[in-house]
Amino acid sequence: MSILINKASRVIVQGMTGSEGTKHTRRMLASGTVIVGGVTPGKGGQVVDIDGHHLPVFNTVAEAVAATQANVSVVFVPPKFAKAAVVDAIDAALALVVVITEGIPVHDTAAFFAYAQSKGTTRLLGPNCPGIITPGESNVGIIPADITGAGPIGLVSKSGTLTYQMMYELRDIGFTTAVGIGGDPIIGTTHIDCLRAFQDDPMTEAIVMIGEIGGDAEERAAAFIKEYVTKPVVGYVAGFTAPEGKTMGHAGAIVSGSSGTAKGKKDALEAAGVQVGQTPSETARLMRALLKG
Amino acid sequence: MDLFEYQARDLFEKHGVPVLAGAVATTAQEAEAAAEKIGGKVVIKAQVKVGGRGKAGGVKLAQNSNEAREIASKILGMDIKGHVVGKVMIAQAAPIEAEYYLAILLDRSNRTFLVMASVAGGMDIEQVAHETPEKLAKVPVNSNHGISQSEAVKIIQQAQFPADIAEQVAEVLVLIWNVFVSEDATLVEINPLVKTSDGRIIALDGKVTLDDNAGFRHPDHELLVDHSATNPLEALAKEKDLNYVKLNGEVGVIGNGAGLVMSTLDVVAYAGEKFGGVKPANFLDIGGGASAQVMADGLSIILGDPDVKSVFVNVFGGITACDAVANGIVQALEILGDKASKPIVVRLDGNNVLEGRRILNEANHPLIQQLDTMDGAAARAAELAAK
Repeated sequence: MSILINKASRVIVQGMTGSEGTKHTRRMLASGTVIVGGVTPGKGGQVVDIDGHHLPVFNTVAEAVAATQANVSVVFVPPKFAKAAVVDAIDAALALVVVITEGIPVHDTAAFFAYAQSKGTTRLLGPNCPGIITPGESNVGIIPADITGAGPIGLVSKSGTLTYQMMYELRDIGFTTAVGIGGDPIIGTTHIDCLRAFQDDPMTEAIVMIGEIGGDAEERAAAFIKEYVTKPVVGYVAGFTAPEGKTMGHAGAIVSGSSGTAKGKKDALEAAGVQVGQTPSETARLMRALLKG
Repeated sequence: MDLFEYQARDLFEKHGVPVLAGAVATTAQEAEAAAEKIGGKVVIKAQVKVGGRGKAGGVKLAQNSNEAREIASKILGMDIKGHVVGKVMIAQAAPIEAEYYLAILLDRSNRTFLVMASVAGGMDIEQVAHETPEKLAKVPVNSNHGISQSEAVKIIQQAQFPADIAEQVAEVLVLIWNVFVSEDATLVEINPLVKTSDGRIIALDGKVTLDDNAGFRHPDHELLVDHSATNPLEALAKEKDLNYVKLNGEVGVIGNGAGLVMSTLDVVAYAGEKFGGVKPANFLDIGGGASAQVMADGLSIILGDPDVKSVFVNVFGGITACDAVANGIVQALEILGDKASKPIVVRLDGNNVLEGRRILNEANHPLIQQLDTMDGAAARAAELAAK
């Protein structure tokens, strides 16, 4: 079992014919993901050969779905065209749309998020995220597939490389699913969505939650854990040394005034019974101890 | 990007939001000329991107242009909470009858936009929200629908504005919604929005934050960047397209991925507690690529920082594997030659890590030390910086 994606996921790549799209389609295919085609407006009808996989290209997501029964899309379209691409995927009622693109204006994200909410048929993951992997089954996005295999841990994180680091630290144990939700101010899938899914997934025995400064998502997640999650959760929060008013790489990673500080988030998680590590390695040790206990 | 008040005022004027005459000055002479042109009483306002300037003496009324010059010469150069005043705004003075608050902002928690309106203007809105929440109306706005005049009127009524000005204030709300959308802002705030004794509604002070991601739609926003405030190392990093933030410590940090670099800063600070409070000197995310040239650019900026005593390169090999990163480091040190003069602690993990470590061992560079773990490497870098 897993959350959001599995062996049955049929994936189309929006922006597959671009350089990033092609590179990552190759990597996703190599890790066993079922890729059924690509979408690039204006290039419909072409067939792209990626390592012996002959993938049809469509002008719209709806055409791709009609021809391939795709149910998941991953978006590598540049920021300028990302909103149109995501709206196209929502119009085709795909169950999951994973938006990897970094640098999308927040007004565009607000618009396609509100549109997805109004339709009620599509879950968005991202934007500005590394994607999601269910090891051994499906890998949608840019998470390296060879870090670790299947196991009992569920992972949700705002950050890409911290996701990889944590998977690496716990590589001998393995993961049901690891989800990178992204560091933008507005994201489609939250810590809470993933916590709920991991709690409900019978194969997930314990959860790692990685947060960072900015916003109040971790505080809200802490409240949710207290109320809903009975499985053990360990946490990590990055950005204790980040100064106020300076954006740390992610558009959403900014401390303004007393809100969004790492300490506030750590305190909230601990108050909800989550063990919070001071470093990624210590967090991994806490998880090991929990699984042994 | 946060704008100065005078830039917000200009943006308001461009979109038809009612403002008073105003001009910006960098010298007392310019301030005098601006006051002369505006005529009558003027207010001299320090242009700093920080609150509390009024209490700090950064806002003063001048009776005439002569006095405007004298006041401007005192305010220019003033230090307000660490911000040195380089510009003043000369604004027409107005007889104020009432002060209100009006803003539109990105509401991250609810993943939408939010209008905030209050008749308790002129003061710190966080205080109003905290002490008298009933005086602050908060109304979410769907970005795909916007705000019509009739919806704006409803919001203003909900905020209990006096009936005789509700239409006028609602018009201002619709206008700032246009500013918010057409300029790709994440915050447009008017505080105070005032009613003058002759019944006009005017935006007296404004705060605007623009979305840097939307720069491709707004080439003109580049002109609003305040280059004087940028740290020279940050400016250099920007030229090289590097994501760099200068901090106040001694350990230079390079890593890949924003989250991992933030985490690295924390781990360095913890490790530094044992070595006399050594701290990270910067945030530098070289991203997924981590090519030799990017590594060289990054290292050269960090080694150019006189505060840096040691460098910690912390890379998790994902898409770019560790061997490529190791080659990048070796080539970067070749490119830098004698300019590389500080110890560099490297921690590689992830894809092809053994090959990456082998490459660095073989290069046998006198400045490079390798450690296997992030915590161990941070401790070594802190120790080296403390020497």
